[in-house]
Amino acid sequence: MNTKFMTLALAGMMAAAPAMAELVIPSLTYRSGPYAANGIPTADGIADYYTLLNERDGGIGGEPINLIECETGYNTEKGVECYESTKGQGALVYHPWSTGITYQLIPKATADGIPVHSMGYGRTSAKNGEVFRNIFNYPANYWDGASHAINHLLDVNGGDLKGKKVALVYHNSAFGKEPIRTLEELGKKHGYELTLLPVDHPGQEQKSQWLQIRREKPDYVVMWGWGVMNQVAIQEAVNIRFPMENFIGIWWSGSENDVIPAGPKATGYKALTFHNIGMDYPLFDDMKKYVTDAGKSAGAGDQIGTVLYNRGLYSAMLTAEAIKTAQEIHGTKTPTPMQVRDGMEALEITEEKMTALGLPKFGPSFKVTCQNHGGDGLGAVAQWDGTAKTWTMITDYGPSDQDVIGALVEEDSMAYAKENNIEPGCN
Amino acid sequence: MLYREAGDYKTTYSDDNQTFPIKADRIGYYVILLVAFVVIPFLINDYWASAVLLPFLIYGIAAIGLNILVGYCGQVSLGTGGFMAVGAYATYKLMTAFPDLNILFVIIMSGFITAVVGVLFGLPSLRIKGFYLAVATLAAQFFLVWLFNRVPWFYNYSASGQINAPERTIFGYAVTGAESLPQATYLFCLVFLVICAWIARNLTRGSTGRKWMAIRDMDIAAEIIGVNPLRAKLTAFAVSSFFVGISGALFFSVYLGAVEVGEVFGINKSFLVLFMIIIGGLGSLFGSFAGAAFLVLLPVLLKNVLVGTMGWPTDLAAHLEIMIVGALIIVFLIAEPHGLAQLWRVTKEKLRLWPFPH
Repeated sequence: MNTKFMTLALAGMMAAAPAMAELVIPSLTYRSGPYAANGIPTADGIADYYTLLNERDGGIGGEPINLIECETGYNTEKGVECYESTKGQGALVYHPWSTGITYQLIPKATADGIPVHSMGYGRTSAKNGEVFRNIFNYPANYWDGASHAINHLLDVNGGDLKGKKVALVYHNSAFGKEPIRTLEELGKKHGYELTLLPVDHPGQEQKSQWLQIRREKPDYVVMWGWGVMNQVAIQEAVNIRFPMENFIGIWWSGSENDVIPAGPKATGYKALTFHNIGMDYPLFDDMKKYVTDAGKSAGAGDQIGTVLYNRGLYSAMLTAEAIKTAQEIHGTKTPTPMQVRDGMEALEITEEKMTALGLPKFGPSFKVTCQNHGGDGLGAVAQWDGTAKTWTMITDYGPSDQDVIGALVEEDSMAYAKENNIEPGCN
Repeated sequence: MLYREAGDYKTTYSDDNQTFPIKADRIGYYVILLVAFVVIPFLINDYWASAVLLPFLIYGIAAIGLNILVGYCGQVSLGTGGFMAVGAYATYKLMTAFPDLNILFVIIMSGFITAVVGVLFGLPSLRIKGFYLAVATLAAQFFLVWLFNRVPWFYNYSASGQINAPERTIFGYAVTGAESLPQATYLFCLVFLVICAWIARNLTRGSTGRKWMAIRDMDIAAEIIGVNPLRAKLTAFAVSSFFVGISGALFFSVYLGAVEVGEVFGINKSFLVLFMIIIGGLGSLFGSFAGAAFLVLLPVLLKNVLVGTMGWPTDLAAHLEIMIVGALIIVFLIAEPHGLAQLWRVTKEKLRLWPFPH
């Protein structure tokens, strides 16, 4: 009985998918579940940017964009379902928005010839484009993030971290475990002592971890959290009166949703970022005119200008630019997924380009090449003001320690190439 | 009228004892097998295989396994997710340690490894019963997930703690890895499901199964009539874990390809499989299939109808989906506390008399 309905439903879905030429971009979102607080603004930012392009410019290069949202709930099985269901509709590029789902899609998308853009998450060693031909993680990755955090601590300490104790509070999953190797290597180099404190999914219960922090008194806490885990961790840090300026989160632990519940006492909490904050950009005037005021905002429309909304928007902007590049390279308005891949590999983001888009100084300039799918890995630190409820950038975009990271990327990507019989190369 | 035993004469004991004594059932069984093996492979694509059929087949195996333990032997277990993880990690270790070993044997060996682990965690069942046993198996669930997260040897020291299934082939067709064809993966899992169901069916109607059921119905009485509770309970744990291990192995290697133990084999999985057999019907093989189908296919169906056909926002659909599935579970359990299998049994009873009821 079920099967019959399924057939009908699937047939209906196929029929509903328009056959006209357009740019199909799936958006794997999570507007439900324990990660929804972070998933909603991201999804809204993506959707609004594409709506803006459709309304203002008629799409990318005059070709309308068909954004297909699919709810994953940050769950791998649903992510697979979403991938398979949108793949058949001509998806050009995937943004999984989950490290777990990215790991799923790396082999699948490579076999199907569809590019994946995991911006600031996913498998870090995908930076090595010679091995991971279809996977991109520009402009920065987790290992850059780990290095930025340590660089910031070095700056604060006048370049010396000897004998300091750093604790890493991390989501006990592929996402949270990513920075451990880098932090260990950097620890050897700079002489700090690293303590690992895993937090199990979803992270609502962290009493024991913070008790340990209270007991061991690390000088600094670095956090790799996502979803409800962030809010709980920041609240716990406030509860044990941990000095907030010594608490640094990765870019996934630095949105308004994470700090507001802890109130004004969260002031001083720092988070990394690879794009700018706020709505002070000409693009947002267009956004207001074509999307917000026209009543076409995605979701409830109340997320505009938040950190994660901007991240979604930034990701959509990079994808749109990559498709534009692909259209130029291949001289076609409707590139295939592999042509979009070429566009991503030839992507160059310059300050002029960003200014022309209405986003001056919104993110760092970078260039993607076949050897380097990860950009330059620039990042900055933002600090939270709990009274004014605003994030402020307190540093410029700085480089990460490529000596350490480059070697790790090479090692990890080569191990993957060997496991999967991939001949590294650019052809 | 069509479904009846009249005129179906049995002249030997073996005829009388066969699995499907009614002719219509037998025909139905062969037709289903024929469709599953011959027709469906020609109709499926990637979507049908990865999103619908593979999860159904694999959860079906897990549900059969758990049903043997809970439904036939009466030992409540909340450790299914953990035992599936044992199967998955055993597969991963075997696949990477012996790259030349055929995946078929890898998965069967993973089943045996899980059976050993299951027996180990089944030992407390000799002393503790009912809800207390559930808590002991819950400990197994959390311990195993913790173990696979904690000890890097299990994930070959990879930076992310994930395990990835390399490509393996059978008769030249890839069944794991990204290049595998939907037909190959589907048939591979189907073969396992059919064999598991066949073994389970014959075990449960033989002396082993009767011992399990005796223990389930009243363990003291069973002991008095000569059933060894140690053997009965531990064989139930072993057979159940064997099936659950195979499903975990397939779940990791064929279906997902990359697994993170905390997310995929967490406590939610244990509950999901337990709900499958409760909704489907405890102590019934058909119930295992029905429950798996209900909990795997219904959410996908609802998603496709609400989002695909009706164009509703994805978050609204996701929330409604949970509510509808939840409401249906309550309705089904009120209408028929013994699950979908009992519903089917009652239907068959009615069909035998139809259209001339007494």
